[in-house]
Amino acid sequence: MGAEFVILSLAPLLIGTFAAVACALPGNFLLLRRQSLIGDAISHVVLPGIVVAFLVTGHSTTWPMMLGAAGAALVSVVLIETIRRLGRVDAGAAMGVIFTSMFAAGVLLLEQSDTSSVHLDVEHALYGNLESLIWLEASGWGSLLDPVALRALPPELTRMALTLLVVSLFTWGFWRPLKLATFDEGFARTLGIPVQLISLGLVVTAAIAAVAAFDAVGSIIVIAMFICPPATARMMTNRLAAQIWWSVAFAVLSAVLGYVLAGYGPLWFGGSNAVSAAGMIATVSGLMLAVVAAIGPHRTA
Amino acid sequence: MTAPAPAASLPRTDPAQSPLAIRGLTVSYGQQPVVFSVDMTVQDGAMTAIIGPNGAGKSTLLKAALNIVKPLAGRVSVYGRPLAEQAHRIAYVPQRASVDWDFPTEALDVVLMGLYRDLGLLRRVRAHHIKHAKDCLARVGMEDFADRQIGQLSGGQQQRVFLARALAQKADLYLLDEPFAGVDAATERAIIDVLKSLKDEGKTVVAVHHDLSTVRAYFDTVFLINRRKMGEGPIATAFTPETVQATYGGRLADGQITQLTQDA
Repeated sequence: MGAEFVILSLAPLLIGTFAAVACALPGNFLLLRRQSLIGDAISHVVLPGIVVAFLVTGHSTTWPMMLGAAGAALVSVVLIETIRRLGRVDAGAAMGVIFTSMFAAGVLLLEQSDTSSVHLDVEHALYGNLESLIWLEASGWGSLLDPVALRALPPELTRMALTLLVVSLFTWGFWRPLKLATFDEGFARTLGIPVQLISLGLVVTAAIAAVAAFDAVGSIIVIAMFICPPATARMMTNRLAAQIWWSVAFAVLSAVLGYVLAGYGPLWFGGSNAVSAAGMIATVSGLMLAVVAAIGPHRTA
Repeated sequence: MTAPAPAASLPRTDPAQSPLAIRGLTVSYGQQPVVFSVDMTVQDGAMTAIIGPNGAGKSTLLKAALNIVKPLAGRVSVYGRPLAEQAHRIAYVPQRASVDWDFPTEALDVVLMGLYRDLGLLRRVRAHHIKHAKDCLARVGMEDFADRQIGQLSGGQQQRVFLARALAQKADLYLLDEPFAGVDAATERAIIDVLKSLKDEGKTVVAVHHDLSTVRAYFDTVFLINRRKMGEGPIATAFTPETVQATYGGRLADGQITQLTQDA
């Protein structure tokens, strides 16, 4: 593990890991609230926001696209809540309507505008570009202490690290109201907990994680990490705190194992090409879920 | 606005001081009013049963009084002050079926939820918090199940854990939504003993209740509701064959009613 590893694999590994954990943390609460598909929904609804941001700025730079995506996600959340409360429609139905409409709008926008010249296409949205996030300025492990080289780290790494920090702080700081409002919403209200604000905070946090991860690693990982590590972790323990830690462990393991398998796995089996890291990470998380579903200690719900 | 059904006259608690005084409470789900212009004055230090047929708005009345469900209209005062100022004096026990018992948590942990007002966001759970929670579990006879995942408890045991959580809140007014629904006889006994001991301490208990045959044995006063208020007062005067028949819309057989509402 020398210079080549630092240049080619360190940044993608870290970005993949941070993205996986940042999605898995809110995923735990979404799972317990039976809203897991909200991660799926978010990663679809952000598309028109990203396209609009591109049309406005003319570039595919990070922050405008992030803002556009976040805006689209927020609009969708508000629309979902509005439909749910005004129409008294089931949350799943409200989400289904909004997330298909938003994605469809994004596809139409993408088709009608000349975004095909930049890497804004359906493939990028699905797989991300994990393998391309290399650290060209690095010359070995020593580069981690070299300010010049550090400045050339892929910007996605800093963004994903910050996102993970925000998501972790939210989970830690609002642990009790999150848990209470998730378990017993009515009771939580009588304690003066702003239940709706907590729900909104959770969805916004999930949206931030999804959008940040979406740009770097694509929607396949986002969708998988919202659901697989928490669902696997739930079958390992009957304590919420332990479930959170298990989900972090499964997320890290999926990201690392998936990345390594994608890069080297095919070579071990005599193949010549690496496979998509995003696809492999999601596959590994799914396999873990399958194994634990078969032999996990607390799988009977 | 129509006048409420005539309640038997009784020495009322002054509404200005009542643990729970409700005026003109109206709640609707969609177009349909579920609770219509209800007045209620809970007697201080008494045990009150809220009774009425299915869909009469019993649970909704409690939820709206606690602002869990937003009422369309109405005023609620708690010990003479607005709910928001006095919410800490109320402990609420929701219907057992309203939560997901597969949630990854243990009995003791559920009881500790009752201490949220003391613990806030980040204060550490200390030994005296744990001891208090364990004492509350012991009071409902569940001390041996503190470490049990809540999904592994029987329905009656789950209900007792919920009651222990309410006890942990050290409230003055206890509002319970069907505490005896689907519980075993031992649990029903244990719960009623705890509720009576609360009354002996001068606390006020209000419970949504389904079983007309135990109203007389368990409660001091009744509140009859079928979307509108159908009666209110002490058992002797308010829980009569006429009021019960009116509340249930003539759906019960006369003999049945007489038997349920008269002393054995």
